[in-house]
Amino acid sequence: MKILVTLKPVPNPDEKVKVREDGKGIVRENIKTVVNPFCEIAVEEGLRIREAHGGEVVVLTVGPRESDQQLRTALAMGADRGILVEAAGDLDSLAVAKVIAKVAAEEKPDLVLNGKQAVDDDNNQVGQILAALLSWPQATFVSKLEPDMGCRKAKATREVDGGLETIEVPLPAVITADLRLNEPRYASLPGIMKAKKKEVKLVPVASLGVDTKPKVRVLSLTPPRQRSGGRKVADVAELVSLLSNEAKIL
Amino acid sequence: MLTTKKIYKGGEYLVAEVARDDVFTPEDFSEEQMQLAETTEQFVAGEVLPNVEKLENHDFALMVRLLRRAGELGLLMIDAPEEYGGLELSKATSMLAAEKISPYGGFAVAFSAHTGIGTLPLVFYGTKAQKEKYLGKLITGEWIAAYCLTEPNSGSDALGAKATAALSPDGKYYLLNGTKQFITNGSFADLYTVFAKIDGKHFTAFLVERTFEGVAPGAEEKKMGIKGSSTTPLILEDAKVPVENVLGEIGKGHKIAFNALNVGRLKLGANVTGAAKGAFAEGVKYANLRKQFGVPIGTFGAIKEKIADMAAALFASESLVYRLAGMIDDRLATIDKGTPDYYEAYQQGIEEYAIECAIAKVFCSDVLARVVDEVVQIHGGYGFIQEYPAERCYRDERINRIFEGTNEINRILVPGILLKRALKGEIPLQREAMKAIEAMMTPSFDEADGSVPFAAEKALLSNLKSAFLVVAGAAARKYMDRIKDEQEILLALADAAINIFAVESTVLRAEKILGGASEGRKSALAAAVKVFAFHAAEEVSKAAKKAAFYAEEGDNLTMLLGGIRRFTKYDASGLLQAKRTLAEIALEAERYIF
Repeated sequence: MKILVTLKPVPNPDEKVKVREDGKGIVRENIKTVVNPFCEIAVEEGLRIREAHGGEVVVLTVGPRESDQQLRTALAMGADRGILVEAAGDLDSLAVAKVIAKVAAEEKPDLVLNGKQAVDDDNNQVGQILAALLSWPQATFVSKLEPDMGCRKAKATREVDGGLETIEVPLPAVITADLRLNEPRYASLPGIMKAKKKEVKLVPVASLGVDTKPKVRVLSLTPPRQRSGGRKVADVAELVSLLSNEAKIL
Repeated sequence: MLTTKKIYKGGEYLVAEVARDDVFTPEDFSEEQMQLAETTEQFVAGEVLPNVEKLENHDFALMVRLLRRAGELGLLMIDAPEEYGGLELSKATSMLAAEKISPYGGFAVAFSAHTGIGTLPLVFYGTKAQKEKYLGKLITGEWIAAYCLTEPNSGSDALGAKATAALSPDGKYYLLNGTKQFITNGSFADLYTVFAKIDGKHFTAFLVERTFEGVAPGAEEKKMGIKGSSTTPLILEDAKVPVENVLGEIGKGHKIAFNALNVGRLKLGANVTGAAKGAFAEGVKYANLRKQFGVPIGTFGAIKEKIADMAAALFASESLVYRLAGMIDDRLATIDKGTPDYYEAYQQGIEEYAIECAIAKVFCSDVLARVVDEVVQIHGGYGFIQEYPAERCYRDERINRIFEGTNEINRILVPGILLKRALKGEIPLQREAMKAIEAMMTPSFDEADGSVPFAAEKALLSNLKSAFLVVAGAAARKYMDRIKDEQEILLALADAAINIFAVESTVLRAEKILGGASEGRKSALAAAVKVFAFHAAEEVSKAAKKAAFYAEEGDNLTMLLGGIRRFTKYDASGLLQAKRTLAEIALEAERYIF
């Protein structure tokens, strides 16, 4: 089974971020770039499927040359090879999906695994657009995945509002990983050393012949309002009174 | 890798000018090394830290499981040779792992005892058969290792050990008798490296399995800190150890004991640097959170100064440890791996830097001590309460100035080894001391060139070395080889030498990385260098004066004091602004900033 897993480099979500002075982005200096946690889950799922059914896990990212580092992380976890589509500047979801579609057309995987969304801008679009571009079935927010190579289909359990939904998709398909799909492994030290020797193919974005001009522009970013501290109330009566008189929501 | 780096001798930094491109800095780490650091960090954050409370309450089964988990990730095989399944990575890599494993002291100590003094003697001195039998088990964590040198009545005086070994009548076993004390991993280790004297004379190392007849760990000690680690005595009563389990040569146990300690000291330096970074982050976070008089306490100069002093000392600590790891790596890289006496040469390569290893142990553990003290202070009353990590950091710190050779023993080693090597003609200490005295007698009007980065600090560095040399020279001339009995003077000389190595590591690193740094980082670097250089100049001045007062009197003393005054002068104009800058960057980032 051939699995194509995409991953997005994002600023480390555990660090404090500051909005850039022009308001169009965040200050990236001194902030580490890491693999988007949902993409890491997708990589892990790919590895588990390969371990159970055999095959190959190919990891793909789109971005500047330094994104090679995030591919190396996935290779150290155990992925077989990497593809880096080199592109400068921020690409919007449509452009990224077009690039992935192009690579998928060439690699012909049985499965494309994406993270359900990236923790930087939380767009939650690439998987869906990609499935549409490829005319493949999709299962998003997946918390359990059971591929059946013999029948060329996969059973996917999706986390939907109010519960779980289990669907079946024929392969090839696009799957996006939710938080509870698995717990990704750490890259082991021997894995890190082996990853050094694994292939990462560099593909200039221009060579793919896709239009990556952004359709979405960021107008401005604002940090969330600082939360003011909470207050303790003595009893229900006081709570009701505050809610109706001060907060005016009753 | 091809390298044109100059290889300096151990202790040579005191008489030579070291070039910035010859030092290794953390900025030189490769992508793989950074990944390895990340794996270590993730493992500690994800699996060790959530279990601190259980571990503090002596859940040793959990401790063993976590050590095995570290083994699965490859963290126990960094120093082991490839032919036995290890990764055989550089010392710098091994130090990086030691630094990142540090956030929980109890685990860090168990880990270090296993991978360091527990495993390395076998790697360095084990026979092929011994390594085949044990090493594979140790690097996967299937077995846990411990090192048993100390006894109830012999700590610093390690060779005064009373434990004995006697050959059994059939010549197949040694029968070991005695008690080993303060054994880290004592209660659950599977393999102990035990030092005992054959026939009460020949100090020898033995590989002792826990299941051997007559081997029993004693009761768990109740400790001040690192409570999650196991510390017990090991009681040997006619313990039957097969003759093939003698490690290294009979009567050469001291070599094994002390060489393991050199690496152990360097590793401890890396480890405490990591612990200090962790404690520092706690302090800075709290300074932002805690409000008094209506504002976060981090806005007050009193707190900012603490933060700045800690940040600068941490930068020095980190610069020093990795510089030394790099020095050892460069030296070891010159040894041909195919040579039959590889580990003999390897040992010599590490032993060459015994002075610097002692320096790393003392300096970095002293920095941690200052940091945890100030972090408790920043927390105020809450620093005294167990609810915040500051309290545990404070208790866990203390042991670092005691084990792997007390800081006093290590400080005495610094001038001790230096003078010995000078006597053997390996380091031109006398010649350079004469030059320094000459310079002291000649008035100097040299002005540092302000347009060169860190010109003032580089001038200071060269002067501090002169200050050390004139005082060390005076003491050596006066006491000759009796100086080994003048411990107060040796300690003062050590303090000067240690601070010189630290400030040199700091300045060279800053100089090396300044070019590629952003504006913000440049100002942080300049601030850290100024703050630490000021501190180090004062420390060297104090230590040198102390040594001068101890060793000299009359005109000689007056002359020496004049020289010290001149050689420790440092214009730290802008010091206050530097401290504020440094503190503000740290408060903004809420962590160690370099």
